[in-house]
Amino acid sequence: MTQASLMRQITDFANRANPYPLYEELRKTPVLHEEEDGPYVFSSYWDIEALLHDPRVSSDAANLTAAGADELSKPEETGLPPSFIRLDPPEHDRLRRITNSAFGPPHKPRRIDSMRGELADIVTGLIDGFGDARQIDLVDQFAYPFPVTVICRLLGVPREDEPKFRGWVDPVVASLDPDTRRDADAEFRKTAQEARMQLGMYLSSLVEQRTKEPQDDMLSDLVSSHGPDGAMTMMEVLSTSLLLLIAGHETTVNLITNGMLTLLRYPDILARLRDDPGLSANIVEELLRFEPPVQIVPQRSTIADIEVRGVTIPKGSRIWLVLGAGNRDPERFSDPERFDPDRGDIQHLGFGSGVHSCFGAPLARLETQIALTELARRLDGPRLVEDPPPYRQNAVLRGPRHLNIAFDALR
Amino acid sequence: MEADHVDRLRHEGRIVIVGASLAGLRAAETLRAEGFTGSLTMIGDEPYEPYDRPPLSKAVLLGKASPHHTELPHRREIDATWRLGVAATGLDLTAKRVRLADGDEVEYDRVLIATGVRARPWPKEAEAGLDGVFVLRTRDDATALYQRLKSGPRRVFVIGAGFAGSEIASACREMGIAVTVAERAGAPLVGALGGTIGAVAAELQLENGVDLRTRVTVTELEGDSVGRVRAVHLSDESVIEADVVVVSLGSLYNTEWLNGSGLGAGPRGVACDAGCRAFDFRGIVTDDVFVAGDVARSPHPLFGYQFLALEHWGNAVAQAETAAHNMISAGAERRPHMWMPAFWSSQFGVNIKSVGVPPMGDQLMVTQGSLAERRFIAVYGHRGRMVAAVSFDNTRWLEFYQRQIERGAPFPVEFPTMDRRPEGRKPVAADFPDPSLPTHGPTVTLSGFSPTDRQLVFTPAHH
Repeated sequence: MTQASLMRQITDFANRANPYPLYEELRKTPVLHEEEDGPYVFSSYWDIEALLHDPRVSSDAANLTAAGADELSKPEETGLPPSFIRLDPPEHDRLRRITNSAFGPPHKPRRIDSMRGELADIVTGLIDGFGDARQIDLVDQFAYPFPVTVICRLLGVPREDEPKFRGWVDPVVASLDPDTRRDADAEFRKTAQEARMQLGMYLSSLVEQRTKEPQDDMLSDLVSSHGPDGAMTMMEVLSTSLLLLIAGHETTVNLITNGMLTLLRYPDILARLRDDPGLSANIVEELLRFEPPVQIVPQRSTIADIEVRGVTIPKGSRIWLVLGAGNRDPERFSDPERFDPDRGDIQHLGFGSGVHSCFGAPLARLETQIALTELARRLDGPRLVEDPPPYRQNAVLRGPRHLNIAFDALR
Repeated sequence: MEADHVDRLRHEGRIVIVGASLAGLRAAETLRAEGFTGSLTMIGDEPYEPYDRPPLSKAVLLGKASPHHTELPHRREIDATWRLGVAATGLDLTAKRVRLADGDEVEYDRVLIATGVRARPWPKEAEAGLDGVFVLRTRDDATALYQRLKSGPRRVFVIGAGFAGSEIASACREMGIAVTVAERAGAPLVGALGGTIGAVAAELQLENGVDLRTRVTVTELEGDSVGRVRAVHLSDESVIEADVVVVSLGSLYNTEWLNGSGLGAGPRGVACDAGCRAFDFRGIVTDDVFVAGDVARSPHPLFGYQFLALEHWGNAVAQAETAAHNMISAGAERRPHMWMPAFWSSQFGVNIKSVGVPPMGDQLMVTQGSLAERRFIAVYGHRGRMVAAVSFDNTRWLEFYQRQIERGAPFPVEFPTMDRRPEGRKPVAADFPDPSLPTHGPTVTLSGFSPTDRQLVFTPAHH
């Protein structure tokens, strides 16, 4: 019997529901390089952490392309210039700073926190929407619609446009999944392309409108930024909005879904959360360690020879950082396979680290804290209908496609 | 034998910590966390429980934080006898007693010296006593200065452009107060970061409306008839009217109370080994006197075993933890204090952070970003090795450089880095002032004893 290569096993759907035994195997070879032109795969916490801060490791789409393609790291097909997640400093820094001046401190210190009430209302509305049903699909009925509604409010998409907007977002987001893309038929591709175009046109009309009449939303701030970094071009505003939309999407859906799945597997912790909403902050941090939505960062390449543990990674190589493995590295965390929100030390890699560390982290945290707290509070006797649930194909942005939950009553 | 002794010490010993600030508190907490159940006495000359200092020159001056709410959070109960508001005045190594200003004496089995530093006062006492002349080190200093800034002075004069002086100037500008800064060297931050980076700091000050005067010294603080400061005289014969003067000339080590104790203590701190055990004046290590925090000078293997005294927040915590651990551990279980010097500051909206020992570097290379944009990483080299790095608004890469310094990476930096500009391809002079000239404010002091500190007469043996 020949053992499939570890890299193949990472992408193999059979390992999706529980990749952690595979990661344990992976950590035995901290610098894994199985195929001549293949990526170098890193799975230990400290190595990943170091590479995320290494100025010889690039995120630039151009360097990535030069390093050759592999199956996890194809660039986004949006037809727009690369967003800042695919750029290096100084361009990355400039765009991220402008975006941040519309999003967080010091310019907008309260933008996220001031959304607390609105987030709670959206969550309440979605839970009320379960109606008389005693079984729901948490993904379709809750975890998926929630972030789109939030990003609409944040960017400034008018409420009446939200259904239209969501109709375009869904196929675009789906088409970004590399596995879906690989298997997609002509029909699907056409729908996705159409949706992308419609979404682009919608966003640019919105941008144009906000240029004339700024309002208190992120889009207005992005088009009217006149800080030391100057203004964004129209194309930059579009690719940034699309980035916020997509990155803020897949990740939050999975974080909430993985969160509820984990809590249902640890009912004592679910019960504690029900009694003490204050526990939600720690629960979310531990979740980001234990079941991070972004399992792998595959879009990095080396611009110099780099030595890691005595192995030289040649300049121009692709690298994969397996965050999901680093987060359960026993060299870093004690008892790493246990979900333990009482951990004092949860310095996880769930949001990455370094200059590309998750831009939306404060929002993702708040969304998930509110979502899990409310689900815990309102669902009476919740239980999993199937365990493990069906997973999505994607190995990078990992999460259940459906999460069926039964419960006795809605409080 | 030793194990029995340590065991008894752990359970019934008497430990005295002199200095009730960051290092003292963290040491006390570590002792308890590691199972010390004996008696613990905390001695501090200020009347306050341990508080945090970094906000004093930043948030507190801007009125964004109250000086009375910067208490250090307690990690755990320490169950100590507190002797606050009373200074230690002497140490008797033979009788193992700490003498206090109120005449009391406290016996110890082990003592930790964590007395830190204090602000260097203006040397002319009469001028220092004028109303409107301040230093900034303690909570009381910050309260007094904040009150005065709030009352809307016409001009503040800051003597000394080290980190603290520059932060004070920054706070003044943020409040819209006119400010003049005088510096003996050619630029701000020169003692800590050298002239090349200092030039960037100078631009930053000028652009933010600071009236920066370099290569001058203050010759006189002039008061009016009722004893309020009214003008500052400079060595270039200019006179600047100011109603607030902040003396920011670095710090003095609180070691006078150890005079005559026989310890290796003096104007440059208390010498200790890497395990935080103090040396006596003959260079012999003691076994029951430990040192931690700003006042400690210990040899660092990464930096040629030079004795380093570090006025760094993180160092104080780490050294206190190591000292505390070693105080109640037998020889083989003791740990060395191997701290990578690290320092940060925030001024004029720029975040400055350094790792390693910049003043040791003679050359530097800007490996990312650019000096002109004031957003960069500069690496310091000494004898073919990377010894430090500093970042301006670029903190997130610094960890990489720290690792390079730890492994003694070669200098000049030959490998490519992202965002390397043409200016960063060749090393340039770091431009530190001649160390024999007095300047204040390097936050890392590289030093042996000053020759004037000599306590031991050295007589070479005859052949």
